[in-house]
Amino acid sequence: MPSPSSADVALTVTEVFKRFGGLVAVDGMSFALAENEVLGLIGPNGSGKTTMMNLISGALKPSSGRIQLYGDKISGAPANEIAQKGVARTFQIVRMLPSLTVIENVAAGGVFGHQKRWGAELHDHAHGLLRRVGLENVDDVPVTSLTYIDQKRVELARALASDPKVLLLDEWLAGLNPTELKTGIALIERLRAEGRTIIIVEHVMDAIRSLCDRCVVMNSGAKIAEGTPQEVLADSEVIRAYLGDADA
Amino acid sequence: MTGGEKRNLIISVLVFLVAALLPLVNNGYWLSIGVSVAMYTVLATSWTLFSGPTNYIALSTAAFFGIGMYIVAAFLDWAPYPVLVLIAGIVGALFAAVIGLATLRIAGVYFVIFTLGLAELVRQIVAWMQHVMGTSSGLYVLISMTDPILYWLLLGLSAIVFLVGWWIGRSRLGFALRIIGNDEVVAEHSGISTARAKVVLFIISSAFASLTGALVAPRWSYVEPTIAFSPFLSFQVVIMALLGGVHRLWGPLLGVIPFTLLWELISANFPAQTTLLLGVAFLLIVYFIPHGVIGLIEDMIRHRHGMLGSVVSTLQRWKSGNA
Repeated sequence: MPSPSSADVALTVTEVFKRFGGLVAVDGMSFALAENEVLGLIGPNGSGKTTMMNLISGALKPSSGRIQLYGDKISGAPANEIAQKGVARTFQIVRMLPSLTVIENVAAGGVFGHQKRWGAELHDHAHGLLRRVGLENVDDVPVTSLTYIDQKRVELARALASDPKVLLLDEWLAGLNPTELKTGIALIERLRAEGRTIIIVEHVMDAIRSLCDRCVVMNSGAKIAEGTPQEVLADSEVIRAYLGDADA
Repeated sequence: MTGGEKRNLIISVLVFLVAALLPLVNNGYWLSIGVSVAMYTVLATSWTLFSGPTNYIALSTAAFFGIGMYIVAAFLDWAPYPVLVLIAGIVGALFAAVIGLATLRIAGVYFVIFTLGLAELVRQIVAWMQHVMGTSSGLYVLISMTDPILYWLLLGLSAIVFLVGWWIGRSRLGFALRIIGNDEVVAEHSGISTARAKVVLFIISSAFASLTGALVAPRWSYVEPTIAFSPFLSFQVVIMALLGGVHRLWGPLLGVIPFTLLWELISANFPAQTTLLLGVAFLLIVYFIPHGVIGLIEDMIRHRHGMLGSVVSTLQRWKSGNA
């Protein structure tokens, strides 16, 4: 049921709940992601951000509610179908394919997903992506020999390999030192400049300020604020969620 | 096709041609060992097609092998032998599809136990059916099949296994399986239907076990549930594949040949202790050559310090790993 104004809405999340037994990890979340938008999903630890990402990517199925990609319902579908429809992601803790080479790790994302490539075309595509994320001359190196940030680059290239409609970055900047952080932010800025549609879960406030068009703030599984980074970071309820009550 | 692939293809064809000459050279003892080697080559290589990349240890070889054997034994009066061999392959594939769909969602040790139980389950069902139908538990497979013919048939089948394995290795399916073996979550999120990929491979792998059982049936001439569905066979196949190495298509072959020869030696000299020695062999292989003979060879090439050096380095690795 896409309304006329939703023509350029990439992703809509409507009244989504996720319960683990008695625990409500995601409590009636609703938000939309416009095409070419970079949306920050922020909130204190344990507020349900990663669970929300897992619900979008299909790693988890919502208990109720609906998630749509360009009007097409994806909630409840298995992760591989959602990937084929055009959602790609990185993981909170970097996930490499240890027995594969660097370029094979990237190619893995480009064969079975949204855009499918094979043979020389796949190889050139993966090679190009590696250069784009700043990795040169490591194509045939075992992926385990890379440093942490370089593994993160590989994972990003893998997520990009299927030309996804929506890219989910789950704390992609976590664990980087200050220098690496700058590089990392610059890299995501480039993706943003390319007009990609991205949801970022992040704790690094500098990154959120410089990268996000809009933020959705979660606390205890529910949305407590939404707006530009400046707006939400000035919101009293958001401050309370992060820092606790003034009299606490 | 790259130069390296062409070279490998030529070498493989030559090896097969030389192997095919065996019956002309020796028609007795060595040919019978050749038959065993060819049989285990098919079983261990096809086992590795599935278990190598996915790391799912399947102990179901005996179940599918026994099914193939029983189809030949039970229906020989109704249909010609070659037709039965084909039917055995098809039934094995269908049965594998059902089992695969039902079980490949379970992982790790549960899958191992399930596949082990499967052979026993099928054995019990066959025995029960024979009891109900009032037939005797043993069946005679009385068709003439000389050793050279059987040897060539198994050699041909192993050539098919290698071709299928080579094709899978180059295909998207093969790449999908390598990704699955590394990280199933990444595989799913890359758009791979992990369940389908695994079931397809399980079907291919199991169908070869059934075909082998059907081909070998005439040689055994007397078929009984306890023989046809012996769990021993499943373990042997796993040990041979691990001994050789499961990350190369021709790896298992390097386990099959020494193990078959060793087995001949053990069962001829210590007929009462074969099971014990099988267990000891299994332990030694897993501890000392975890990457198989092929791993040793590759280490040797990499470090250029000879066979002894690589055994020593494996020992050191093992020792420090347990320190």
